Amino acid sequence: MAKLPGPLEIYPLLPGTNCKDCGEANCMAFATKMAEHTVKLKACTPLFDEAKYAKKLEKLEELVRPPVREVVIGVGERAASIGGKLVLYRHDLRWSNPTAFFLDVPDTLDADGMAARVKSIEEWTYVYIGTNLRLDGIALRGVSQDPKTFATAAKKLAELIDWPIMLCSLDPKMLAAAAKSIADKRPLLYAATLETWAEVGELAAKHDLPLVAYAPGSLDNLSSLVSTLRAIGVEEIVLDPGTASRTGLGNTVDDLTQLRRSSIIEDNELIGYPILGTPIAVWADHKKDEAPELTKWDEVLTASAQIVRYADILVLHSIDMWTNLPLTFLRSNLYTDPVKPVAVEPGLMEFGDVGPDSPVMYTTNFALTYFTVESDIKQAGVNAYLLVVDTEGMSVQSAVAGRKLTAERVAETLEEYKVADKVKHKILISPGMAARISGETEEVSGWTLKVGPRDSSGIPKYLQEGRWKEE
Amino acid sequence: MTTDKERTTSLDDLFGDFAELVLENVTIELDELKLGLRPMVQQMAKAAVRPALEMPKSLIPASFKPPLGEYPQAIQEITLGATKGQGGTRGNTVTIGGHTAPAWDLFQSPPKRPPIIAADVFDMPISLAKMVKMHYKEVLDDPAEWAKLVVDKYGADAVTLHLISTDRQLGDTSPNDAAKVIEEVLQAVKVPILIGSAGDPEKDGPVLAKAAEVCEGERTLLCSATVDVYEEIAIAAKKHDQIVLSWTSIDINDQKELNRRLFEWITPEQIVIDPTTAALGYGLEYAFTIMQRMRLAGLLGDKELCFPISSGTTNAWAAREAWMKNPELGPRELRGPIWESVTALALLLAGNDLFMMMHPAAIKTVHDLVDWMKEKQKIKPDEYPDWTTLTIPEGA
Repeated sequence: MAKLPGPLEIYPLLPGTNCKDCGEANCMAFATKMAEHTVKLKACTPLFDEAKYAKKLEKLEELVRPPVREVVIGVGERAASIGGKLVLYRHDLRWSNPTAFFLDVPDTLDADGMAARVKSIEEWTYVYIGTNLRLDGIALRGVSQDPKTFATAAKKLAELIDWPIMLCSLDPKMLAAAAKSIADKRPLLYAATLETWAEVGELAAKHDLPLVAYAPGSLDNLSSLVSTLRAIGVEEIVLDPGTASRTGLGNTVDDLTQLRRSSIIEDNELIGYPILGTPIAVWADHKKDEAPELTKWDEVLTASAQIVRYADILVLHSIDMWTNLPLTFLRSNLYTDPVKPVAVEPGLMEFGDVGPDSPVMYTTNFALTYFTVESDIKQAGVNAYLLVVDTEGMSVQSAVAGRKLTAERVAETLEEYKVADKVKHKILISPGMAARISGETEEVSGWTLKVGPRDSSGIPKYLQEGRWKEE
Repeated sequence: MTTDKERTTSLDDLFGDFAELVLENVTIELDELKLGLRPMVQQMAKAAVRPALEMPKSLIPASFKPPLGEYPQAIQEITLGATKGQGGTRGNTVTIGGHTAPAWDLFQSPPKRPPIIAADVFDMPISLAKMVKMHYKEVLDDPAEWAKLVVDKYGADAVTLHLISTDRQLGDTSPNDAAKVIEEVLQAVKVPILIGSAGDPEKDGPVLAKAAEVCEGERTLLCSATVDVYEEIAIAAKKHDQIVLSWTSIDINDQKELNRRLFEWITPEQIVIDPTTAALGYGLEYAFTIMQRMRLAGLLGDKELCFPISSGTTNAWAAREAWMKNPELGPRELRGPIWESVTALALLLAGNDLFMMMHPAAIKTVHDLVDWMKEKQKIKPDEYPDWTTLTIPEGA
C-alpha cells in the first residue's frame, strides 16, 4: 500500500509559527492531526495566503496527495468533493468523501417539469441517527441531442438550484454549448471518449472543468484516454470504466475493484482518480410493458454493488423512498468510522415531566438503538424514564446473544443510577427482543419485569394502553 | 551587484502591476521575494499557455496491469450433506469455500465455490414481519411442508431447521421431540439440512448433540457453537462426523479463540464461521468489515480464520425501515425484500459463502447476483448503452 506521510515529514513543511489560526495549539499538533487525517491542509491558512510559503505548500500538497485524487464539482457550500481516497479497506482507515448521488434530469422537460423534478431531488430526505440523509447533485442529460436545448436547460437548472451539476452527453457540441453557459458553476463534464478526447479535452482544459474519461469495457483504453487528457492539460479527471448491470455486474465490480486496487495498493498514479458509476444505465434494458419497479430493483442492486466497490459518484434515476433508503443507509454505514464504537453514554434518561409514577424502560447503549428509542418516546410525548445499559455498543438482539446484555448487568445499572429512589413502583419495562432474560432479571434485581414491544415504534401504544402497571 | 532600483524595474517589466503590488511591502528581502514569486509566476505562466494547448496528434497509449495479489492460503472447502453413496440420504450435496483470492476479484480468480442459500424453517409458528409471513402462512405449523415449499418453490439450496420450540420459554420441547421433527424434514426434502438451536444456553448443547446423532452420515451443519456453549456440540460433531457453525458476536478475537477451542475435537474440514449479521442501517458495517477481514486473514495464512463464512441474513428484517407500514416510505412489499437483498449483497461482496434467508424475492435476487457475478462476460465497448440520451418513461 502507498505510504501515508507521518507528522515528522509534514511538520518541516508547515510555517512553524505556531499561529494557532488552524485551531490547534501549535504546528506540531496540526502536523500530527494531518497525519491522522482528522484535519485538512486548507485549515492552515497562512500557507495559502502568504506568498513566502508557496514552495512549502507545493511540496506539502505533493506529500499529502492521496493515491486517489480529490475532485470538486460545483461551487459554494453544496460543492461535492469526491475521491480523495487513502485506503482500500475501511478497516484500515475511515473512508473519506461518501459516494455522491447525482440524480438525472432530462433536458427535454418543460419548465414546470424541470422545477418539479428538481424539487423532488432537493427535498428527498430521511432522518437517520440524528442526521438528515440527502442526495447530492443533478445530472443533466442531453436527451434532446440539440446543443441549444441542452445549453438552455443547463442555464435554467443553474438558476433553479445551487447544487453541483453534471452535464451528460457524448456529443462534444452539446457539451461545448452547455459548458459555456454555466462554466462558472464548475459542472462535471460527461464525457470524453476514445473518439472525442480532443474536442472535449480541450473544452475542459479551456474552462478548467472536471471531466469524466469514459472508456467502457477496457481498462487499457481507459488508461490511454487518461494519459491523453493529462497531456492536453486536464487536471481533474473522473474515471468511468462503464456500468453493466445484471449479467454484466461481475464485470462492473471487477473493473472498479481493479482500478481502485491498482491506484492504492500498486501506486498506479495514472489512474489515481475518483470513479463514476452509472446505475441509471439499467433503464436501457427497461421494456415498455414491464413494471418500472423491476428496473428500479436492478438499479438499487447495481448502485449497492458500486457503493461497496469504491464508486465515488453515482448517476441514479430512481428517487423513491424504497429505492433510495437502502442506498443512503448503505453509504452511511460503510463511511462511518470503523474504530469509533457507535455508542452513547449509559445512564438514566428523563423524558417529559417525570414523576414517581412514571414508567421505567430500559435499552442498550448502541447509538442506533438509543436514538431510535429516544425518537419514539419523544414522538409519543409521554413522561418516562429510560435506563441506558452499557452493552459495549451492541444492539439488544446481538447483545442478548453475545451475553453483553445480561440480567446481572441490568440489575447493576438499576443500582448504579439509583432508579429505585426516583419512582415508587418497582416495574421495569424490557425491550421485546430481551424477553429471554426477563425472568432471570426479576430474580437478580428484585424488580418486576414487563416485556415491551419488539420494536420501539410500539412504545407509544404500549404505554398508552397502560398495561405495564397491571399486576 | 545591481541596484535596488534596477531590480524593481526588471521585475516590473516582467510582471507589470502584479509585481508593484507585491513590492509595496518594502521590508521583503529580495531572496524571499524571488522564492515567493516563483510559484506564482509558474501559475501565471501556466494560465498564459493554457489557450495555446499542445494537442496530441493521436491517443497516447497506456496499458493497465491487473493488480494481482499474493495469497498463500486457500479458504477451507466444506461440503454440506451426503448422498446415499456417501453414507447419507441427500439427493445432492453443496460445497462452499475453497477461495484463493478476495471475494469476487474475478481478475485474479473467480469464486471457487459460488455462495449458496439456506432458507430458514422453524419448528413452531413464530412472529414474522407481515411481508415475510404472507409467503409462509400455509406452512407455519408444519416444518416438513415448510421445507418443501422453500426448496420446490423458492429454490433454496439447503434448509436450516431452527428448533426454537426447545427453548425453555417457548415450549421446552425435548431433544427427542426435536429429533422427530428433524426426521420429518429429512424425509420431506432431498437437499442438505442444517440444524439450528434455539439460543437457550441450557438446551442448545443437548439438542444439537441429539441432532448430530439423528443426522448420522448426513454431514449436517450444527448451528451453533458459541463461546458459552461449545464443548458438547464439538464432541457430538466429532462423534457423528458433522460440521459446526462457530458463531461469535462481531469480535474477530473471539472468533479465533472459539475456533482454537473447537480444534481440540474437530478438524478444519468441520468448521464454518459466523461473525453475526446486523441489518442494513443497524450495524451492517460491523458484519461487513469483520467478514472482509476474516477472508483476507484466511487468505494471508491465518489458520484460525480460513473458513467459509455464514450469515443470518434474515436479521435484515430487524430494521424497522424493512417492515414498518408507512406510506411515506413506499410499499413495504418492495421495501422489505430489497432490504434483505441489499444486506445480502453487501455481505456477498465482503466474502460471505452461506446465506440464511427468508423472503422469496430476496432469495431469488441473491441467486441472480451470484449467477451474474460468478464469471466475467465478454462485453464489447459498443454494447454499453448510451444512458445520456435514454428516454425513461415519465413517472418511473
